Amino acid sequence: MSGNEIVTDVVIIGGGPVGLFAVFELGLLDLKCQVIDILDRPGGQCAELYPEKPIYDIPGFPVVTGQALTDNLMQQIEPFGPEFHFNRMVNAIEKLDDGSFRLVTDADEVFLTKVVVVAAGGGSFQPKRPPVPGIEEYEGKSVFYSVRQMEAFRGEDLVIVGGGDSALDWTLNLAPLAKSVTLVHRRDEFRAAPASVNEMRALVAKGEVNLKIGQIAGLDGDNGQLSAVRLKTADGEISMPATRLLPFFGLTMKLGPVADWGLELNDNLIAVDTEKFATSIPGIFAIGDINHYPGKLKLILSGFHEAALMAQAAKKIVNPDERVVFQYTTSSTKLQKKLGVA
Amino acid sequence: MKIHVTDQSGTEHELEALEGWRVMEVIRDWDLNIKAECGGACACATCHVYVDPEWLSKLVPASDEEEDMLDTTGDVEENSRLSCQILMSDELDGLKVTLAASAAKDDQAA
Repeated sequence: MSGNEIVTDVVIIGGGPVGLFAVFELGLLDLKCQVIDILDRPGGQCAELYPEKPIYDIPGFPVVTGQALTDNLMQQIEPFGPEFHFNRMVNAIEKLDDGSFRLVTDADEVFLTKVVVVAAGGGSFQPKRPPVPGIEEYEGKSVFYSVRQMEAFRGEDLVIVGGGDSALDWTLNLAPLAKSVTLVHRRDEFRAAPASVNEMRALVAKGEVNLKIGQIAGLDGDNGQLSAVRLKTADGEISMPATRLLPFFGLTMKLGPVADWGLELNDNLIAVDTEKFATSIPGIFAIGDINHYPGKLKLILSGFHEAALMAQAAKKIVNPDERVVFQYTTSSTKLQKKLGVA
Repeated sequence: MKIHVTDQSGTEHELEALEGWRVMEVIRDWDLNIKAECGGACACATCHVYVDPEWLSKLVPASDEEEDMLDTTGDVEENSRLSCQILMSDELDGLKVTLAASAAKDDQAA
């Protein structure tokens, strides 16, 4: 394990707008950041839930989309050279004897850091689990929410559920490998890319893919091994022989491992003070939608404010002996040099 | 004005609603079991409700965007709607809806 550890001043968990802006505030104070996010790109909810939706309450931007705000923040923090670790979830945080932290991700990467900033918003984005009784016992055995290796589906009777790009793409990609592929969707309209929908319909016409309009009513099987998927259709319930099920219902936010880190929680939110946005564990801060304090508003602009105050407190932990002069980017040559504009 | 909301456990609640509020906001404000994670942007489908058939015709029909989001719930019925897309008005005083399993918060999954 040793030698592969990443040593840094600050690890930011969550690359949404607030986590990104924290890189800026920490960067002005010369703190280096590593950003870890479960999504495959920066932006958090702004990128995943509403990239094209307008936001009207970012100070100085009468209107900005989630994606444009993310792009602007990425440009703003670029001078500080943050390092990003996408498709990663922090599983464990351990406090070491010297007061620093050891973080381990779900890919077994290890980070050694003096400060942890939890900017995890509503938690980690994880696949939506369809409301089917008993589905849990099949998960990871015969029900999967993503395809890691296509070979794992060779020769299987596969049921794919959903009407978006993931459902359609995997229908097209797995049809040549699987013994049978049944695509299930609640209506005969698909929001996936029209080209994929046309391709799918061509395979249906050739008899290479079954298309069923309906929803999952239940699962049959033993010990996590699926034998059939029951479907609710307009013609009543039907049973499809199936050995693998791939539901694609998009992502939803789950608190995830945050709940296991020993932080004081308040209704699934991390309790913080309003001076430093410090949690119950010294050295761990929480900013943005994930935190709670009296009067909290879940606004991006509140998270930006929290990031600025948190950074001052983080600086004192990383460089306890350094005197910090409060400066403005407008007038400080020192800050402007850091930003690469002077 | 009032709305009547049956939660995932079958308990009926009569909630005070305000004109112009989204039905999702009323349900959330009264702390019923609704995740509503995108906050009303029609981007998540975690405010899914079943509208009492008597009231369906009084609602503005669902947009294509709402139908697309309903695709991601897995428990759609004929009377499914996203409650963030229903705005309270005098006409809807007395509206009856039932919270879908797919609208439940994670720690109180139905």
